Amino acid sequence: MELFIQQVVAGLATGSIYACMALALVMIYQAIEHLNFAQGEMAMFSTFIAWQLMQWGVPYWGAFVLTIGIAFAGGVFIERVVLAPLHNAPILSHVVTFIALYVIINSFAGFIWDFTVKPFPTPFGTSPLLGSNLIGAHQAGTIAVTLAMLLFLFVFFRYTRIGLAMRAAAANPTSAKLVGIRVGWMTALGWGMAAAIGSVAGMLIAPIVFLEPNMMLSILVYAFAGAVLGGLTSPGGAVLGGLIVGVVENLAGTFIPVIGGELKLTIALVIIVAVLVWKPSGLFGRSIVVRV
Amino acid sequence: MTEPMRPTPSPQAPAAPPRAASQMNWQVGLAVLVAAAILPFFLKNFVVFQITMVMIYAIAIIGLNLLTGFNGQFSLGHAAFYAIGAYTAAILMDKFDVSYVWTLPLAGLVSFVFGYLFGLPALRLEGIYLALATFGLSVAAPQLLKLSPFEHWTGGVQGIVLMKPDAPFGLPLNSDRWLYFFTLAVGALMTWMALNLVNSRTGRAMMAIRDNPIAARALGVDAPRYKALTFGVSAMYTGVAGALGAIVIAFVAPDSFTLLLSVSLLVGLVVGGVGWIPGAIFGALFVSFVPNIAESLSKGLSGAFYGAILLVVIYLAPSGVAGLFRAAMIRLKTKKAQGRTA
Repeated sequence: MELFIQQVVAGLATGSIYACMALALVMIYQAIEHLNFAQGEMAMFSTFIAWQLMQWGVPYWGAFVLTIGIAFAGGVFIERVVLAPLHNAPILSHVVTFIALYVIINSFAGFIWDFTVKPFPTPFGTSPLLGSNLIGAHQAGTIAVTLAMLLFLFVFFRYTRIGLAMRAAAANPTSAKLVGIRVGWMTALGWGMAAAIGSVAGMLIAPIVFLEPNMMLSILVYAFAGAVLGGLTSPGGAVLGGLIVGVVENLAGTFIPVIGGELKLTIALVIIVAVLVWKPSGLFGRSIVVRV
Repeated sequence: MTEPMRPTPSPQAPAAPPRAASQMNWQVGLAVLVAAAILPFFLKNFVVFQITMVMIYAIAIIGLNLLTGFNGQFSLGHAAFYAIGAYTAAILMDKFDVSYVWTLPLAGLVSFVFGYLFGLPALRLEGIYLALATFGLSVAAPQLLKLSPFEHWTGGVQGIVLMKPDAPFGLPLNSDRWLYFFTLAVGALMTWMALNLVNSRTGRAMMAIRDNPIAARALGVDAPRYKALTFGVSAMYTGVAGALGAIVIAFVAPDSFTLLLSVSLLVGLVVGGVGWIPGAIFGALFVSFVPNIAESLSKGLSGAFYGAILLVVIYLAPSGVAGLFRAAMIRLKTKKAQGRTA
């Protein structure tokens, strides 16, 4: 039993990372209605920018805030320059554009900062939280920051004019345009916000997995799974989904003999697909009603 | 607040060639086939091998196209079906001494069964959720193949090394050239079958489900059956391509069948044109040669160049080669019509 609890808590700690990234994925899904495969690479690139700023002597929190700003601008820039002209292209062409962005960003990061792993500082310290050795201070900090972002997003989308406008632009672009919302800029704003959230996720993840151009690949896989599990229309669901994926993965690795360790990820994915077959729009997603 | 009404995410613009042009299509097809049959006599061995691989990818892309382009189901998992085909062929040849020719139908059958069985739960999933499920398939395949309990059959991480078959009947061809013709014959047969399938009652049912599932059901199309069958047929195509790949490369290993392969097939599909069978060959050319071109432009930034080329292609031809082709045909037709009125 003690082992079980320990593994659940350890799962929550890794799950917090996935949750953070899943939140960024859901964010962009709300703005553009598809998943951005390049999201992880954008987060990785932002984290490298933060690292570079710190190398130049900027203090941690200064670099943190600056990076969020740069990531936001970068996200808006990518949407305006790369995606906006493709606005009318078929969906699959968008998917391929994301793949192209993925390899471009990955390749540039490797070119500028090379592929050696770099340590990244944590603002929370590495000591165990409250003297217990179940969860580190950094993991606890990650969960706290993720929850804070979640609260911020909830307030933003629920109670601000611009949040409402963004929701409208995503849900029904034509009608939104007719009531005077600048749909194109709302999409760009969504990209900017997703990039900013991604950069926070990247900076929280980097102390654990170390900084290198491919650090986000496996995390993106889990975050993707978490976001879809929770339901792509629900930021809260995404956070919970990310945490569940972390716990399931950890428990599968510990308690299923022989194949458990080798197939952690596969087992997690099988469970998620099973959940989806039972609830096709995720645990907390709204099922979309379509007019015929 | 009322539930927002959203239009059904209709995947792609259809691109079926008009029927009147079928006579011309035949002539073009025959000309391409003849050109392809003469080509290897003018090329170096390695280039022949590369073009064989292009044809193999094209077959796999046709498989993906049947599913995505004609039935509107998205897949990031075709590397798994490719792997199933490749491993079926390799194990049959390695452990049971089956002739390479007979591994193809068997690999196709095994992949069909897997695809059909996967298609059944996938019936409940759409769009991004189906993407995740198939994505899981891609991630799982190499891990399952490496798994220790199966090592006796799969050879684990090491994979299986095969022998390249020689040309039969004492034909004066080396094995690379022979396999080129073998692949060409299989590819031509499978392309012809795909074209026929798409133009049949079944094909129209597939497309009806893609364009409007509710209307299709109202017309009496058994949507679940066709969707699962399409998954099976699509997997069969990709599995046969995998088996051919195993024969031609004479080696299979789990790490050749990762998510990267699924993504490549998807890129090939989009570059060639979604919903247009002949596009597969253009897509296959792209995914086979453009990475090399990017590499030759710059070693360090090859990924960036590949991505940039891909972006340029998407900018110039948002609907792939199929879109360019269609635009050219329309221009040709209007010119003809103008000539007639003048």
